Amino acid sequence: MKKQNYDIAIIGGGVVGTAIARELSRYKADVLLIEKENDVGQGASNSNSGVVHSGFTAPVGSLKADVCMYGNSHFEEICSELDVPYEKTGKLVVAVEEKQIAELYNLQYIGRKNGAELYIVGEDFIEEKEPNISGKAAMYSPNSAITSPYELTIAFAENAHQNGVEISLNTKVVKISKKNSKFSVKTDRGEILADYVINSAGLYSDKIAAFSGEDRYKIYPCRGEYYVLDKNASALMSRLVYPVPPENAGGYGIHLTPTVEGNILIGPSNEYIDSVDNEATTKEVMDKLLKEARGFLPKISREMVIRSYSGIRSKIVPPEMGGFTDFVIEKSPKYDNFINLIGIESPGLTSAPGIAKYVVEMIDKMEKLIEDKDFEKTRKGITKFYELPEEKQKELAEDNPNYREIVCRCENITKQEIIDALNNPLGVQTLKGVKYRARATMGRCQGGYCMTRIIKIMQDEFDMDLEDIKLEGNNSNLFAGQAKGWE
Amino acid sequence: MMKKELVIIGAGPAGLAAALAAYEEGIEDILIIEREDRPGGILNQCIHDGFGLHKFKEVLTGPEYAHRYIDKVREKELEIMTNTIVTELTDEKEIKAFNESEGILHIKAEAVILAMGSRERTAGGISLPGDRPSGIYTAGLAQNLMNLQNIQVGKEIVILGSGDIGLIMARRLTLEGADVKAVLEIMPYSNGLRRNINQCLIDYNIPLKLSQTVIDVKGNGRLKSVTAAEVDEAFNPIAGTEYEIKCDTLILSVGLIPENELSKKAKVQLDDTTGGAVVKDNLETNVDGIFACGNVLHIHDLVDFVSDEAEKAGKAASEYIKKGHKLNKDNIFVEAGSGIGYVIPQVISKEKDQIFSMRVRKPDNDKTIKIAADGKILHEENFEKVNPSEMIKIKVSSEKFKPLEKSTIKVVAE
Repeated sequence: MKKQNYDIAIIGGGVVGTAIARELSRYKADVLLIEKENDVGQGASNSNSGVVHSGFTAPVGSLKADVCMYGNSHFEEICSELDVPYEKTGKLVVAVEEKQIAELYNLQYIGRKNGAELYIVGEDFIEEKEPNISGKAAMYSPNSAITSPYELTIAFAENAHQNGVEISLNTKVVKISKKNSKFSVKTDRGEILADYVINSAGLYSDKIAAFSGEDRYKIYPCRGEYYVLDKNASALMSRLVYPVPPENAGGYGIHLTPTVEGNILIGPSNEYIDSVDNEATTKEVMDKLLKEARGFLPKISREMVIRSYSGIRSKIVPPEMGGFTDFVIEKSPKYDNFINLIGIESPGLTSAPGIAKYVVEMIDKMEKLIEDKDFEKTRKGITKFYELPEEKQKELAEDNPNYREIVCRCENITKQEIIDALNNPLGVQTLKGVKYRARATMGRCQGGYCMTRIIKIMQDEFDMDLEDIKLEGNNSNLFAGQAKGWE
Repeated sequence: MMKKELVIIGAGPAGLAAALAAYEEGIEDILIIEREDRPGGILNQCIHDGFGLHKFKEVLTGPEYAHRYIDKVREKELEIMTNTIVTELTDEKEIKAFNESEGILHIKAEAVILAMGSRERTAGGISLPGDRPSGIYTAGLAQNLMNLQNIQVGKEIVILGSGDIGLIMARRLTLEGADVKAVLEIMPYSNGLRRNINQCLIDYNIPLKLSQTVIDVKGNGRLKSVTAAEVDEAFNPIAGTEYEIKCDTLILSVGLIPENELSKKAKVQLDDTTGGAVVKDNLETNVDGIFACGNVLHIHDLVDFVSDEAEKAGKAASEYIKKGHKLNKDNIFVEAGSGIGYVIPQVISKEKDQIFSMRVRKPDNDKTIKIAADGKILHEENFEKVNPSEMIKIKVSSEKFKPLEKSTIKVVAE
């Protein structure tokens, strides 16, 4: 952290924290974003379905419905400003049994009240649009879309950074207390003072809230496991395919999601767990994912699976309560300028822009924010070489030999893209940092081919020592060192 | 667009042997495309010995074996384009490639030999449960890091899967000072060659635990431990048999997958069992003038057999270039029956002597492999021992096929 004093400290660099950072960077304010991990988006933000929801599950008038609808209608514009993939695929909520059809009408009723465009369609429609999907009827949502959740989080952070927000990674908040008129935020890397604190710490938001004298909240971690299918399976479907939501589970049910990169995701499951950082996957759940996915899409096979992962929802009610809970965004009872965001789970990704606006308005009401005329709303991502038309590819390859070398064979990622990823403005130089920025190691060989090449680029172009090469956090060394007898 | 009579994709053992065979048949306009900076393929990282026993009656290391071919290819001045990766291949045999010095290349070939080899099955591919820390490597990647980059991946090792690369790496890592705690194999038998079990595990007192697998992985950051358990006949873990092994590295040797992404782009039909192309007896795929050989066609146990197969493909491709496409007369389809995993080729003509390559489904003693059609046995051979890890080759003379009326023959092990 470069300074001692900030106007606003944001705790948590997930999609919500970074969206708030970006929104605040439109104004003249000294903003610091504190993230305990070595990169932004390391919690639920990089392990969700990447869906831009159209808002038909949250009750009319709820905060969740409002911020979700705001997000849905602004997502395309934001993704275009930030150079993040966005694709309006549409969604089918499929009734596999006759008796579920009534629930489709119920969802349509709620959704239309929220302002979402929704239709009930029959078997013919499903057959025509998604011939591999089996169902009796469906609710069709043409405005449901997909994005890349990790690219978006990185883009929010980078855009905020370029507009003056300071981002301090690998920084863990250990205590917050009131010091005269300011908050003292003590971290494992030193202390800073701030006028406002925004707690967007996700799974840890209850702990951070406790520093503000707010002890009513408790986070119940609820894990969702996913499968990723090989791009070869992408032809099986092109829209989001959801089941009728299971009663009282408070989730969407295990669904099928095409990703912007061309994979299909199966998941997430819904299991309450004891620990907020247990992102393990389990055989039982993975077997269940496959079984349920085959319920809609019988052509899915185990051989198509290239990866499994899990993300953890920060729920604010225990499993026995279930049902709908709204997002909590409020000032702490003790201090007006300490804003807690609690229970921001799905549709948190869609809602992030709306939440950011909402939080900034809260601050603006307390203290008029002054617009920064120099705010630059666009951010340029890494040039995705292989997606360019060949003419453009030739032009780039002509000038720069790094575009002639394909480092990742599964995703056709060039050496220049790896270099760009390692040169990121946040200074993240890990294998996962490269993965989330340039997609290398995400394909079917899972880094079997490109890893040695990325390591070499890290060593040759960035002077990194073997012992400094890590998967992600500080204790995730990739190697034990040089082989015996090597000088 | 550059034009070539024969383009071979991959300069590993298959590509090199195919090129030399085509050259012997009078084809000189050959281009071998290789994505690494040198030819030799996976043999370059196989610094152990045991190669060449069949082909050269000698015990060679991987690089030595490769150089037998590389030297000849250089002597004949055949063109190898290294640091070049093919990204597109069409059924018209048009190739798009990226080359470090020349940029984007387009090449039109009269014939193409697919010799891209295979890739390793990954942790994701086997749905390895638990955490996803650093320290989990496929065996081939660990071998590359160790033997080509001089990087030691870890110190306390567990190996999952007893494929040959896993066995070789158990010894290699031990020699480099690591403690290899166990090799776990989910099957009741090893998938590696018997000689590798002796030379790589038994000689170094490394325990091989059959019918066991990893049911949990723990580590937040670097790997801390794996939990192993015995499995039942359906490969489900048996409750109560779990035990934890502390380790910083898990090596996966859980199978190879023929790398046919380009083949798919060229509309080459693939066999669900082998993961490679469906081929005729001349190793031609369903696409005219596209041939396949080596691990891209099916996973081999010995490189010597890869060379044999590749020579056949090289010869067939040159015949195709010289004489154009000849439709096989009286095609016969070959099916794998009970006890047999797969048989290559899948389509034969009655006119030629055939060598069938096959693998049995499980290890057994005293098995007879029968090749039958029209309710009659055309050929049978008895084996004292059969093992899925070892490829079986059976030669059958064309005399046997000529009288056939039916268009399918079946291979069974009884």
